[in-house]
Amino acid sequence: MAVMATETKPGATDRAPVRTPVTTRAGAPNSWGLGDGQAIPWEYSPAPESREIVTIRDRYGLMIGGKELAASDGSTFTTVNPATEEPLAEIARATEADVDTAVRAARQAQSKVWGKLPGRERAKYLFRIARLLQERSREFAVLESMDSGKPIKESRDVDVPLAAAHFWYYAGWADKLDYAFPGRVARPLGVAAQVIPWNFPLLMLAWKIAPALAAGNTVVLKPASTTPLSALLFAELCRQADLPPGVVNIITGPGEIGMALVTHPDVDKVAFTGSTVVGRKIAQGIAGQGKALTLELGGKAANIVFDDAPLDQAVEGIVNGIYFNQGEVCCAGSRLLVQESIADHHIAKLKDRLATIRVGDPLDKNTDVGAINSRAQLEKITELVAAGVAEGAELYQPACELPERGFFFRPTLFTNVAQSYRIAREEIFGPVLSTITFRTPEEAIEKANNTPYGLSAGIWTDKGSRILMMVKRMKAGVVWANTFNKFDPTSPFGGYKESGYGREGGLPGLQAYLRLEDR
Amino acid sequence: MDAKAACPGCRRTSGSRIAEVPSVRLGGTERIDVRKTYKLYIGGAFPRSESGRTYLVTDPKGAELANASRASRKDLRDAVRAARKAFEPWAARTAMNRGQVLYRVAELMEGRRDQFVAEVAAAEGLSGRRATTIVDHAIDRWVWYAGWADKIAQVLGSANPVAAPYFNFTIPEATGVVGLVAPEASSLLGLVSRLAPALVSGNAVVVVTSESRPLPAVTLGEVLATSDVPGGVINLLTGLKRELVPVLAGHVDVDALDTWGVAAEQQAEVEIVAAESIKRIARKPRGISDAAFDWADDRAAQRPEWIAAFLEMKTVWHPIGA
Repeated sequence: MAVMATETKPGATDRAPVRTPVTTRAGAPNSWGLGDGQAIPWEYSPAPESREIVTIRDRYGLMIGGKELAASDGSTFTTVNPATEEPLAEIARATEADVDTAVRAARQAQSKVWGKLPGRERAKYLFRIARLLQERSREFAVLESMDSGKPIKESRDVDVPLAAAHFWYYAGWADKLDYAFPGRVARPLGVAAQVIPWNFPLLMLAWKIAPALAAGNTVVLKPASTTPLSALLFAELCRQADLPPGVVNIITGPGEIGMALVTHPDVDKVAFTGSTVVGRKIAQGIAGQGKALTLELGGKAANIVFDDAPLDQAVEGIVNGIYFNQGEVCCAGSRLLVQESIADHHIAKLKDRLATIRVGDPLDKNTDVGAINSRAQLEKITELVAAGVAEGAELYQPACELPERGFFFRPTLFTNVAQSYRIAREEIFGPVLSTITFRTPEEAIEKANNTPYGLSAGIWTDKGSRILMMVKRMKAGVVWANTFNKFDPTSPFGGYKESGYGREGGLPGLQAYLRLEDR
Repeated sequence: MDAKAACPGCRRTSGSRIAEVPSVRLGGTERIDVRKTYKLYIGGAFPRSESGRTYLVTDPKGAELANASRASRKDLRDAVRAARKAFEPWAARTAMNRGQVLYRVAELMEGRRDQFVAEVAAAEGLSGRRATTIVDHAIDRWVWYAGWADKIAQVLGSANPVAAPYFNFTIPEATGVVGLVAPEASSLLGLVSRLAPALVSGNAVVVVTSESRPLPAVTLGEVLATSDVPGGVINLLTGLKRELVPVLAGHVDVDALDTWGVAAEQQAEVEIVAAESIKRIARKPRGISDAAFDWADDRAAQRPEWIAAFLEMKTVWHPIGA
């Protein structure tokens, strides 16, 4: 069993194995029977994924109407590799005029081409895209990890396959809309404006574009400014699929451009995934315009462990729940609610497990936790963790070495957390777990729901009737029982309360892009 | 029946439609009828506005009908509190039970049919025949939605064939407390048509009634109070929309807002306030006017999508294994 963080020399491809001492948790003996502070003397060889498969150009333009255009004022911004802080490419910074051009292109394509195309033909384009994503999956995975900082094993095994699966699933709906909503005629809304976050750049693109296109809409999508590359490569893939020009338009730029896009008067549908703060601004920005709106916003999920839970599985689920994608997941299980009677034992097991998490080079195939997406996000995490310590929570971090350059943060576990602490209330969007204890199921429910968010929840218990009772009482759009952070295109995803409204995935995800009329 | 025959609660003013009702003689003297004070309906009780205010309600031609309570912001907050308290137990009822409770409302309205006809005719300035049609549709609409209670989860819910060894299903649940700004023109049928779909899935509702035509809604409250709808599940506030709607839209314990009865020029302002707590918003569809909408058109005015507007889809995953 490999136990150490790989020390990375960012940018280097010829890393030698580095012996990194991992000190054990202070206190009780750990799983290896070693005492306090003893190094586990295992070395761990680098297993870098080759970058060769990806060609990153120096410059990328806006993908509008099937053409690549510079910004109307020629301005650009730089996207960097968060694991090395090296610039990857110069990206066109769209202006409001460019937004208008993109919306016009989308409108033209919708009314002249895509909206008139029979569903079976739309379906074939979408199947084609799904197939191309599968064919070029490694290329997308490497690019995604380079631009976002997420570990290659996650982009390779989760993000890209799920993105392809989304196109595959919705492809099949395109010519079956008559069967999706009995008694109703389903019509496209028109032009969809879509703004997506940086934590799952390609996957969020797929969640947005696949149902929109299946329903007969055209889209203008703005990826996050720190992670534009996979969307721009996707635009190239659309050209490869011979998708008619203007059906998918990608514009790049900062948040203001996203706001200009969603508020554009000729947009019919707005879909946003991101923070609750920005979601609120978008809802207010388009107030009174009558646009259809779906919001997938923040979360502060409770992962609830009862005393009869299968503990080893629960520990794995908790680790996956909060350290998957560096915790930069809206549905991350960031609050661990553990039953008091097993809390000490459970926390000890969790700390042991944390010592084996490998933090480092996202392109190393063995890395568990990669780079934080940006310096700004790293600063936010750092600030909230400092607030947790200042408010009185007890901090635990495994003694792993972090790379010298790049934006990295140790997996962090807080105990002695009061519900009033910022780390228990605010979405951190980082590898930071706050532990709270409870005695009765009623208390667990009360604490789990004690948040303005309501995106997801986890339940760990061997008792089926308790699972179903908890499922019923959780104010959360997705409830994982004896598992966590699972996703599928057939499975609707979205939040209660201030985690947003509308669902992505499944039939509800399709309906979000349709107007239902009487037969 | 003759719509003019009975509007027991209404003030009768010379020259108004209701004043033409023939007087009844008892023992040789004209009987003085017992008029009704129109009150609010909050938490199962009928308080006056805590503010002590009322406003004069007239028929469309300007004849006085009655004083209605002019609810205050405090009354609205009380109503939201009552609704929040009532929501969980109501949502926890079985679907079949909620269906029966809605059906019971229809039963009781049927028993008060003549009274509703008279009040709707007076409030909306309709002929007796037209008012009768409206009331019949209002009663039947409860029956239609009552039947949806135990079907909506089967129509909108799903078992999802995920590509991994998990059992995965999606079930709809009520959103919570719904703020309902009732249609302005259709005092009873419009209200019932928006209220029943929110109610049937288990939401609790705070209604701001039609401002200009509030009286049939108050009488509906009297039906609800003697029905099996638990106190607090439906709360009815009469008053000035410009006072009440911004407070309702901004109340953080209101989860969703039905803006059908919001004036077009206030829609944006209401949505901006509602967005503060990420409220779900159900809007009047584009191109439809409140005044012209035909609530008696069943195809247009009773729709499962209106139930879906106040639902949350909850998806559950569980591993499959030994």
